[in-house]
This record gives sequence, C-alpha cells and structure tokens, in this order.
Amino acid sequence: MITAIGFASVYIARKSEVSLASVLYAAFFFALFVAAHLVVRWTLPQADPYLLPIAGLLAAIGLTEIYRLGPKDAFRQGLWVVIAVAVFALALLAFRRDYRVLENYKYIFGLVAVALLFLPKVPGLGTTVNGARLWVHIGPLQFQPGELGKIALIVFLAGYLREKREVLAQGRLKDWGPLLVIWGASMLVLAATNDLGSGLLYYGIFLGMLYVATARTAFVAGFLGLFLVGAIGIYKVTPHVRERVTIWLHPWTEHKVYCPLTNSMALRQDCQSYQLVRSLYSMAHGGYGGTGLGKGTVTNTDGSPLIPFLKTDFIYSALAQELGLIGAAALLLVYMVFVLRGFRTALFASDGFSKLLAAGLTFGFALQTFIIVGGILRIIPVTGITLPLVSYGGSSVVANFLVLAGLMLVSNRANRERAL
Amino acid sequence: MNRQLTRLAVVAVVLLGALVVGTTYWQTWAAPGLADRQDNAVQRVAQFEIKRGLIYPSAEHPLFASDRVKHVKGQTLYFRRYPAGGLAAQTVGYSTPGRSQAGLERSMNDYLTGSNSNLNTVLSTTLDKLKGATVKGNDLVLTIDPKVQQLAMSQLGARCGAVVALEPATGKVLVLASTPTYDPNRIDKSGYLASLAHVGENNCGGPLLNRATAGKFIPGSTFKMVTAAAALDTGKFTPDSQFYDPGYCTEYGKPVSNAGNPDQNGPEQFGHVNLVTGFEHSINSVFCNIGKQLGAATILEYAKRFGFYSVPPLETPVNERAASGLYTKNDKLFDPKHPETEVDPGRLAFGQERLGVTPLQMAMVAAGIANNGVIMRPYVVGKIVDSGGKTIQTTHPHQLGRAIKPETAAALTSMMVLAVDSGTGTNARIPGVKVAGKTGTAETGIAHTNTTWFVCFAPAEAPRVAVAVVLERQHGFGGSIAAPIAKQVMQALLARR
Repeated sequence: MITAIGFASVYIARKSEVSLASVLYAAFFFALFVAAHLVVRWTLPQADPYLLPIAGLLAAIGLTEIYRLGPKDAFRQGLWVVIAVAVFALALLAFRRDYRVLENYKYIFGLVAVALLFLPKVPGLGTTVNGARLWVHIGPLQFQPGELGKIALIVFLAGYLREKREVLAQGRLKDWGPLLVIWGASMLVLAATNDLGSGLLYYGIFLGMLYVATARTAFVAGFLGLFLVGAIGIYKVTPHVRERVTIWLHPWTEHKVYCPLTNSMALRQDCQSYQLVRSLYSMAHGGYGGTGLGKGTVTNTDGSPLIPFLKTDFIYSALAQELGLIGAAALLLVYMVFVLRGFRTALFASDGFSKLLAAGLTFGFALQTFIIVGGILRIIPVTGITLPLVSYGGSSVVANFLVLAGLMLVSNRANRERAL
Repeated sequence: MNRQLTRLAVVAVVLLGALVVGTTYWQTWAAPGLADRQDNAVQRVAQFEIKRGLIYPSAEHPLFASDRVKHVKGQTLYFRRYPAGGLAAQTVGYSTPGRSQAGLERSMNDYLTGSNSNLNTVLSTTLDKLKGATVKGNDLVLTIDPKVQQLAMSQLGARCGAVVALEPATGKVLVLASTPTYDPNRIDKSGYLASLAHVGENNCGGPLLNRATAGKFIPGSTFKMVTAAAALDTGKFTPDSQFYDPGYCTEYGKPVSNAGNPDQNGPEQFGHVNLVTGFEHSINSVFCNIGKQLGAATILEYAKRFGFYSVPPLETPVNERAASGLYTKNDKLFDPKHPETEVDPGRLAFGQERLGVTPLQMAMVAAGIANNGVIMRPYVVGKIVDSGGKTIQTTHPHQLGRAIKPETAAALTSMMVLAVDSGTGTNARIPGVKVAGKTGTAETGIAHTNTTWFVCFAPAEAPRVAVAVVLERQHGFGGSIAAPIAKQVMQALLARR
C-alpha cells in the first residue's frame, strides 16, 4: 500500500520538470497521503487496502497533468486535494463506529440532494459557466453543489430502497411515491440547467440501484424505455441537445454548413465540433507510446490553448496524447481496479443499506468515467462532466474523496464482520 | 442481492472496457487517417516542434529555407525563415502556421520533419523522441544554381514569365525561375497577399503560381520542334523535303495566311523551300502542310513521347505542376479519341489549336533532342542529408524513355542551329559556342499581348544545358525578347566550373 502511494508521489517528481519546487510538491503530497493512511489505520484498520492508494494515484496523475497544463492551476487544485483529504479524514472520524445512522436521515438526504441541485438556480448565488448553470458563488469560493448532491441522492436511494425493496418489487404505486418525487425533482432540475452529463449519470445510478434492490429486470427495461422516450422528446424540443447529437454523429463535414458561433458558413470541424475533433487529433497524435509528459502539443504556436476545457472535461484527451495508448489504457485499468474493489466491498457487506450504498457509489464512479471518456472517444455524445479524481475542479475532488470515504467505511465494517 | 451486484459489476466493467477499445481505435487504427487531415490543428502545431531540415543549393549559400527558434510559453518552436526571399519562392514554397504549406516545403515535408521511412531517419528520430530531444529533419540540397537563378530572375524583371534550365544528360534542374515572385517571409502577414494582386507588368499577377511548372502557355512556333521531330522520325519527310509556300496554306478549303505568324521573318511568300529553310524561318504554311499529311494523331503521339499529356515528374507538389497538351475552353486537358476529326492538324502543327504547354515541358523537349532523343526525368532535389551531415539519399539520373531516334535528333539539332545562326533566333548567338534553338511568338487574341518563347540548348555538338524562356503579354517577338534572356542564362551556365 505504501509503495503504491510512494509510486504516486514519485510519479509527480519524476515526470514533471525536476526542480526544488516540484520535489517539495511531491514530498508534500507523499506526506499528505501518509497522513491519510495513518488516519485510515487508526479509524478503519480493516478497510480495503487498495482503495486509498488508487485514489491517491489518480489524484496524483491528475495533479501532474494539471501542473503540466498550467502550474498555477495545479497549486489551486493542490489546495483542493488538501481540503478533500481533510474532509475524507473528518468523515472517517465521524462515522468510524457506525455509518448506518445515515439511513435514518434518508429523506433529509433526498431533500438536500434536490436543494443542492437547485442552489445554482437561486438568483444571486448561481453563475453560468460553459452554458450550464451549475455553479454557486459565495464570496471568493466557487462551488459546484451538484457533485455533493449526487452523494446525497445515493444515500437517499440506498436507505429508501433498502426499506421498501420488497414492496417496490410488487409494484405498489404508493411506495413509489417518495422515490419518484425526489428522483423526478432532481431530473427536472438537471434538465432545466442543461446539465445533460449529470442527468445521464443520475438516471444510470438510479437504474443500477433499483435493479440491485428489486432484482426486477422488467423495471430496468421499463425505465430504459422511458429513457429512450424522454431522450427523443428532449432531442425534439431542445436545440442544444440536437446540436450535441449532430456533433457526435457528424463532427466532420465536406461542405460548409451554417455555423451559429460566427453566424456564417463554415466546415463543422472548424465550428461547433472543433473541440471534439481537436481532442481526437490530440489522442491520435499520442499513438501507442505518447509524446511523453510535457512534450505533447496542447497549445497553438502563439501559446493559446488548442482545446477548450482541456484541464477539466477534456483532461483525458491530454493524458492520452502524452502517455499514449499504453498510459491511457493503464489509467483505465486503474479505474477498473477501483470499481472492482468497490463492487467487492458491496458483495461482502452484510446488510442491504451497505450493499446498496457501496454499489451506488461505485457504479456512479464507473458511470461518470464512462460518460466523460465515452464522450471524448465519440462513443456517446459529449456532455460536460468531470473525470473522477483526475479533472481540475474543487467540488469534484472533494465529492470523490467522500465517495472513497463511504466505500472504505462499508468495507471496514464488512471485513470486520467477516473476520468475526 | 449478490447476483444483481455481480451483474451490475459486469455492466460497469464492460463500460470501462469499451473505453479501452475506443482509445485503442483512435490511437492506432484511426490515427494515420486523422494525421493526414488538412484541418488537423494538433499536427499543424506539432510540426513546429520539429527542427525542420534546411533547404539550400549545392553551394550552401544562400539558404533557401532555415529555422528560427522561438520560445512560446515553455515550448520551443521552430519557425521558417527564407533568407533567399523570392529567389525560388514558388519552388521552395513556405511552411507557416497561418497558411499551411506549399512547394517543396509541402511535398518534401516527410523528409524535412524527419518522419520519412528511411531507416537511418527512423532510428535517429526515435532516439531523439526517447531522449526527449528535439526531433531534427533532413536537409534538402537542391540542384538549382543560385547565381544563374538570380540572373534569370533579374532578366525577367517585372515582366511575367519563367525560365527553366535543365542538364540534358541527367535531367538536373539548374534554373527554375518564375516571375512575379513573392516574399515567403511575409506570406502569412495580413494584407500581404492582397497587396500582391496587381504585381507584374500589365497586371499579370499570380505571384504564387509557379509559371515554370504550372503556367500553361500557347507554344506557338516552338511546337514546330515536335512537329519536325514527328515528320523526320516517321520517315515521311527528310530535311530536304520540298514545299511550295504561296504565303498561306489551304485548310478545309480556306487559306490560312502566314501573316498570322508574327514569328516568321523574311518575305510573306518564300516560294519553293525545303524543310530546313521552313524551320529556319519558321514558315507556317510548310508546317501546316506537314500537319495535314501526318495527321493530328501522329503529331500528338510524338508530343506524348516528349512527355505531353502527363504531369512532368518533379519533387514539387503535383498540383503545382501541369500537364501540357490540348486544353478545352474550360481548361480541361483534352486527349481526343478521334484526332483526325476533332483536331485541326495544320494549326496544331505550328502550335496554335488550343495548345497549352509549360516551360518545363518545352525545356524537356529541347533537352530530349540534345540528349540524342532520350528524355531524362527532371529533378530539383539533388540529395537529402541528415542533421549530422550524412547523405541519406542521392538522386540518380533516370531515363523516362526515348522520344525520337538519334538520327532524328541529329537532323533536328542542325536545323535548330541554323535557326539561331541565320534564322529567327539570331539574338541567341554566343561567340564561339554553337547554339541550337527555336523561337515562338503566339498571339493571344489581344493586340500587343504576345506570348514570346525561346527554347534552346548548347553547345550543339555536346549539349550541357537546355533552356526554355517564356514571357507573357509582350509587344515584341520570341526572337527579340526571349532569345536574349536565354542567351545570358546559357552563357552563365556554360561559364560554370
């Protein structure tokens, strides 16, 4: 475990430019993760030993790439990682005896989830960034409450589904009420804020957890059908969604088409889809072995960035170019190991709430990775969402460390009970 | 619940596995296709991270293209500089972030960026990449003689035209001049191209066009070299074949007057002449009658042997070269299926009839006659040198094929010598050197805007240079305008070594 954390830190030092600052930087993060490890040893001695090192490795890869793209951003992100680790440690300390008290507050969590999602809509608090109103501004702090809303919703779903799983399976409408109200409200808010990525994510998490709880494939099929109907409906109604789908299906055009950005005629690859297309070029430029960290092409000849939102949504594209297929595949395998450890935790947990909580957190983590990387790879349309633990973004990294805390709490309990 | 959990885990793993497959697709299978796309912004920038190879003539000076290092936000970029400016701008081309590429900079990009498949290059490029060092491209050593190129450019001056000089025995390009020219150092400055719209005498413009290889001109009487070659090589005519010149030639029942030929010197009617005299004084009626007897098919067949109807090989991009031949009104190359009914053989024979030829093609005709009838493949890149100074590729002379028999070439040579000695091309005479040449003056349909030609080689007994000179929109004649330039270029080239 220590070696894995060590590797994570050494990785930072070796790959970035070797200077006193970067060595100190690496040493600091090494110390941070040693501290986090000590907290884990003290509070949750039987927690899954892989989860923290993997999270540390992913955060380190993210920091390294952010440092390469913009050293100033890396400093800010570093601060956020410190905050995230502190929140992580606090969560472990607070719930080290029994996290299952959370189940008692499931409705509060449900309401909190909706409230958090709704927060950016409040006039004076919300700010619109990149076309979606997802941010809350309180003084100098900028914050994306939706990331935490996701966790609150998972806690609610885990608690509610655990309690009502038998009756839900029978299909009594009365029992569906609260579930549909809270979930439906969050979907509505997401649709209203144009946050398609999160909408997809929430839908997927809901479906996954519902299936685990009720074991009814009919529900899954029904909701998938509903999803299709809803998706087609949204496609017909929203020009924004239509554009995303067009970009996804036909990023290149042979002839000039109308470009709404400049209000003139242009090839689509020079207009709406230039971000996606350049991101594909960026990955292709990496090839098998990549250009090497710091050696990739991410700016124009005048130093301006080639791809917008490279350090947040499109960080995978930069990593794939600089680390090549070998590095990108390794990164995806790291995600896969994390996800498998998460599901293992869910399998070994003894009670329904723990199982559902671990499954929800893990599946959400996997689905979020798929939605953003799949978008970049043109498997699905691009929706702006962060790559867990790697992307630049404070709320995202804090939320994902809370996911980690949840999984470690569940795994500690499961392993302790197995050992007895 | 565990069964469902396992299934959900499988779904999650399949989703992540799809990402591995997707990444593999874009980084391996689709990568070469994406790299070749014109709009690939990443490639366009990445090119400037490579220390591009130099381009210079064998004398090493002046450098046609060199690199200038610039540090932008921690990145080391190499931008192009063109110390020779407009000297061979259309041939060398440019490579800039704003306007992509042209000329040898485009067609030889793989060598200049060290991404060709030469084993030596692959090895050093891979090593450089592993070491994290800057990848260095290969240098191009051109066959162009910069001094004579300069002479040709200054002789053309503000007029629009081109000079091509070849070494007949090898196909080596010694001069490839095209005016008006442009400054590749300023090509992506805003407003520069617009400022060039009306350069050149009589607003001829088009400075980016490589007139030497892509300019299509009416050949006029210079095409009589091809017609004469066909006449002699088929055995249907001899230098002594007799003709009667009444001052016109009758075609389709109507007279085609010699007076339409501004190139012809001497009287309006020559009366009884042989082929040699007809060539010497560029008499249209003589060639008109040859054309009628040979037929258009035979003449075109011989034109093809000299390289017409195919884009002449050269290292520059293929769209910066043009094939010579008959062209339709829509500027499409026209290869008639039934020449005997579709082409006027008389006009074809003396070089009118919708013909469009490049100076490079006419130089190849002269070089072919000079080289005993064998056409050599022209080349402008003499060798390719790696960044350590090691030659990795040398261009060897290559025969394209035989156009005419050696006897035909010898007979044509003596006719061309006579044309310079006492015919239309006397302005190209060089004391002590036997020059073989042919003038051409083609009317373009607009008064006082003749296309003037001189195509020649020297010394006639052991040719070392073949030259084609063309100037458009001229008041004078090939013999008075183009021949003196050809003379200067030949003299300068023969004086080398």
